[in-house]
Amino acid sequence: MNAKGTVHKYGNNIDTDVIIPARYLNTADHSELAKHCMEDIDTSFVNKVQKGDIMVGGANFGCGSSREHAPIAIKAAGIDCVIAKSFARIFYRNAINIGLAILECPEASDKISDGDTVSIDFDTGIIYNETKQEQYQAQPFPDFIKEIINANGLLNSIKSRKGN
Amino acid sequence: MFLSDKSSEIFKIALYSIDKKLYNNNYSLETGRLPICGQLPNKGEMFMGMTMTQKILAAGAGLDSVSAGQLIRVKLSLVLGNDITTPVAINEFEKNGFDGVFDKSKIAMVMDHFVPNKDIKAAQQTKQCRCFACKYDIDNYFDVGEMGIEHALLPEKGLVAPGDIVIGADSHTCTYGAVGAFSTGVGSTDMAAGMATGEAWFKVPEAIRFELTGKLKPFVSGKDVILFIIGKIGVDGALYKSMEFTGEGVSELSVDDRLCIANMAIEAGAKNGIFEVDDQTLEYVNARVNRPYTVYKADEDAVYERVINIDLGAIDPTVACPHLPENTRDAAALSDVKIDQVVIGSCTNGRISDLRIAAEILKGKHIAKGVRAIVIPATPTIYREAMKAGYIDIFMDAGCAVSTPTCGPCLGGYMGILAEDEVAVATTNRNFVGRMGHVSSKIYLASPAVAAASAITGVITDPRNI
Repeated sequence: MNAKGTVHKYGNNIDTDVIIPARYLNTADHSELAKHCMEDIDTSFVNKVQKGDIMVGGANFGCGSSREHAPIAIKAAGIDCVIAKSFARIFYRNAINIGLAILECPEASDKISDGDTVSIDFDTGIIYNETKQEQYQAQPFPDFIKEIINANGLLNSIKSRKGN
Repeated sequence: MFLSDKSSEIFKIALYSIDKKLYNNNYSLETGRLPICGQLPNKGEMFMGMTMTQKILAAGAGLDSVSAGQLIRVKLSLVLGNDITTPVAINEFEKNGFDGVFDKSKIAMVMDHFVPNKDIKAAQQTKQCRCFACKYDIDNYFDVGEMGIEHALLPEKGLVAPGDIVIGADSHTCTYGAVGAFSTGVGSTDMAAGMATGEAWFKVPEAIRFELTGKLKPFVSGKDVILFIIGKIGVDGALYKSMEFTGEGVSELSVDDRLCIANMAIEAGAKNGIFEVDDQTLEYVNARVNRPYTVYKADEDAVYERVINIDLGAIDPTVACPHLPENTRDAAALSDVKIDQVVIGSCTNGRISDLRIAAEILKGKHIAKGVRAIVIPATPTIYREAMKAGYIDIFMDAGCAVSTPTCGPCLGGYMGILAEDEVAVATTNRNFVGRMGHVSSKIYLASPAVAAASAITGVITDPRNI
């Protein structure tokens, strides 16, 4: 599994209220949520994001509410992977559970700039910055998490476990 | 759990050389921990003492012992959702073809965020929850009239007890640690899986121990304590970890104070916040819970990531300035901040003791000209109690609006949205950009006492200066 795209970079403590403001949580429709992704800190995001792009954040990405609408909005907006220095734990769980790839990599978070083109090899955890011609090593997922991702999400993994 | 990695081995040796008694105590039957194999471990092998959270998780996983970092699957005592997160869970549940819930008495659905419904879309979402609850005969479905703010309602109804393992599709689910439960916020997919299987997976957290001493000063409450702590350790200061509150100071905190403190553990990034169970807890729980429960204590030799000493008597009324809960200052230092709105309520501070202190401060007074104040009792029981005690009259005489229970304004849903550049003092839990309304509005998080005092003066005010 690989990803390659243009980076949209944000800072530390990107909270779920700015990822998807609560005023839009009166729907669970993925494309509706995507229309308002990041709008309270970056009104231009939804216009410039292309399918397959990468989001990069600082420390504690996804802090705040447990709303799964946050990773859903990011994924539905077209983002293939979020890289951050660290993730808030509920966001981390939710992203895995819905099949949004996320990687913890402090070096990549520090060195990647907004607009860089980045490619990611999820099997090795290697992030390659094509613009800067630099390579960063991300934390690979533990096997337990890999099983969930390979099953395409938590509920599928439960079904396959029950099937066995 | 036997330790095998090198760092643990080094730690083990270090521990043995520091305190042989502690080392030997690891084998004590009194600790309730037996070797997995059913035999005493050989010399050179030992158990790590477990934190309170680890003991609850070990029991839930059917293991004698767990250690930090271990991935486990546990049985759940309760699965919770609200009117925003439950629809997403129902969609996943149905999309994946599940056709039954694991236990209809162990699922709680509380319609509190945009309820009474703020618009047609919100009404559709609540209807979806209502239909699901009806279809599966969910015992603990709470709708308008019966519903309260979930984290005030569930403890009040006796649905959470010491030793429970609770997941909730709401980040403030960590509140129930106040009564000695392991409880944590998850997303909707976890909720769906929990409803279907009665299980969830966890990475066993390490813990920070907060050793509480001393006694709170007048007009200082649990809210000031947790804001003070978050100011000290930061919004990711406890990321992925448990916050365990112990020490003689615990008994100086009311159960309401503890609920408030545990509630905001998530604002420090924590997986859960948990209090040692004492007589006050048992009195509270026994008056409400009608089923057996188990009280867990941390092992004396439990290993903590760090220990932080908190002198409750050294804490003054504390306010978190925009736009992070870690931006704390003394309320007294913010008297130049003019405010437009005050909100007293939420899962953090909508309980009877919160309304009582606010009423004491507002009694016979009127809020400042140009300030709006909204008071939201968190549950119908709290509302009625406040009414009987005369607090509702006091609030209305002071010029406050009093609302039926709802999370509304806390998350910028409805019932008190802020306009451009407006400033609010709120007893809620998050002051992120745009959280309560316009992106340029500002939120100062404070206790009910600070909020009430500020409503009277129109600027942020230390309640001791009223």
